[in-house]
Amino acid sequence: MTKKKKYQVDDKGMYGRFGGAYIPEMLYPNIENLKAKYIGIIESDKFQTEYKNLLKDYVGRPSPLYFSKRLSDKYNTNIFLKREDLNHTGAHKINNTVGQILIAREMGKERIIAETGAGQHGVATATACALMGLKCVVYMGETDMERQAPNVARMKMLGAEVIPARSGNKTLKDATNEALRDWICNPEDTFYLIGSVVGPHPYPDIVARLQAVISEEIKQQMQEKRGKDHPDCVIACVGGGSNAAGSFYHFLEDERVKLVAVEAAGLGTDSGETAATIAMGDEGIIHGSKTYLMQDDDGQITEPYSISAGLDYPGIGPMHANLKDTGRGTFLSVTDQEALDAALELTQLEGIIPALESAHALAALKKLTFKPEENVVITISGRGDKDMETYRQHFGF
Amino acid sequence: MNRIAQLFKEKKNILSIYYTAGFPQLTDTLPILETLEKAGADLVEIGMPFSDPLADGPTIQQSGQTALKNGMTINLLFEQLADLRPQLSIPVILMGYFNPVHKFGMERFVEQCRKTGVDGVIIPDLPFDEYREKYEALFTQAGISNIFLITPQTPEERIKLIDKNSNGFIYMVSSASVTGTKKEISEQQTRYFKRINNMQLASPRLIGFGISDRASFQKACDYAAGAIVGSAFINLLNNEGNNPEKISDFIQSIKKTN
Repeated sequence: MTKKKKYQVDDKGMYGRFGGAYIPEMLYPNIENLKAKYIGIIESDKFQTEYKNLLKDYVGRPSPLYFSKRLSDKYNTNIFLKREDLNHTGAHKINNTVGQILIAREMGKERIIAETGAGQHGVATATACALMGLKCVVYMGETDMERQAPNVARMKMLGAEVIPARSGNKTLKDATNEALRDWICNPEDTFYLIGSVVGPHPYPDIVARLQAVISEEIKQQMQEKRGKDHPDCVIACVGGGSNAAGSFYHFLEDERVKLVAVEAAGLGTDSGETAATIAMGDEGIIHGSKTYLMQDDDGQITEPYSISAGLDYPGIGPMHANLKDTGRGTFLSVTDQEALDAALELTQLEGIIPALESAHALAALKKLTFKPEENVVITISGRGDKDMETYRQHFGF
Repeated sequence: MNRIAQLFKEKKNILSIYYTAGFPQLTDTLPILETLEKAGADLVEIGMPFSDPLADGPTIQQSGQTALKNGMTINLLFEQLADLRPQLSIPVILMGYFNPVHKFGMERFVEQCRKTGVDGVIIPDLPFDEYREKYEALFTQAGISNIFLITPQTPEERIKLIDKNSNGFIYMVSSASVTGTKKEISEQQTRYFKRINNMQLASPRLIGFGISDRASFQKACDYAAGAIVGSAFINLLNNEGNNPEKISDFIQSIKKTN
């Protein structure tokens, strides 16, 4: 028997009091089927061999753990950047999609649907579908389609159909609603490839397991670089929270490692224009999961706001809600302006243009204090190519 | 015996009408209910609007958005229903998603249902197991029915389990779809209706989703105790508002037998 894991999902699909599967009956058989099969599939030799080969030769893993000397000098500590931005398609999202596409294929599904916010998960899904020759439909909020136009074009070139979500604020939440409705209408041939550690159980666990490669590599790379298998602190941004889940995964039970999750405050947590779920939310049910979410007194889900489309979500994965409740995780929030400044700082100190999402993690450096001998890992979840229009407008290039 | 059980004991070809609280006007909730009772509806489901209605198509989504804009809340709904009994005798069910009810507080919610004379509740995304574990005793004590859904994909064992634990009726979703899909009843659907009918379940069944007119209503009545019309009625309200004459015509057009 291994020691009971406090911060992992339990056999009822819960992370503490969060998680579960709050779904209408129409989705019940699909979710039960996935629940019955996913661990067997993921732990099979066949899956592991194929998945690891794809991560190595197709995604380009392991991603480097780069010692950022100039950033370290500035903040007087040792800062390492986990370079998920160097993955094929430009973000961590592909780790999950190549894994889930193998699960979908194993289950005999022919049609893949996905939701996307910034478009990174949509691109990663369309990529995996192209690779496997599967039909791909991506739901994307109309607002996001405008602000992330290059990714829409990429998905289309990859052969995906991109359907605009026109309800609500026309962002990630609304795209997720549309994807779930599609799944209700097509329960038999369709696999819903969720992009973050959200949704009904077992999705948060599936996505966390597939992103766990990030922290698995951090452990090895810290051993090689510093002679110990863990950093003192890991920092990652959270919308739904998949890159954070992957960056934390192998350190969840190792309390020597401080885990810092950074939310998008938008114009400020008290401004009414924010996506800082932990700061502003309370318990409720969103997209099939019990977790923290932003809602009004009547239980209506509040429209979020962030400059970063990938963090513009009113909920958060149940794993993170539990990390908050148990005190295991430290949650910070960073405004649009702070994130933009951090993006510029990294670009000019290290020659790395980060995604706006990842810039939120970088901005946490100004809010934390470290000792000179400490090792701090920041996950650069994606590259900034898709955000050049925002950067250009903001900085006037 | 509550009003739902009484209805199923006494009547066949039950027509249940769904509409959204606070739509098209905020204060329409109770007046529409009065109109429906007069017009001959047998049962009414009042939708509690939600910002993110996962199982609903565009028609009900939009009615919910309008209702929310009008200022509809669960609190206000119970205020509007304060005079429901004894003046109306039609059984009333509240239908909505779990988050607003969870936020309101389930105990308080069930108590308010009991006080106002609401007979049943449908919360599609409240898991069956969680209901039984946490809330069943509460509902039973208050005499409120909790209605479960089944779909063409629901396994037989689960249907039996749901049947055993149902009081009131089983809500049979007619096909894999969200609400408001307007198509003729297909061969495949008819086979599903027959299959369930042959299971000899203890609970009566109402068929919903895609029932919009006399033809689909009649077809449903061949294999179940009756059917539920939602989006088609919302469309009428959208065009005509609470117009007693039009609503009466609508109900009669569906109920009329050949």
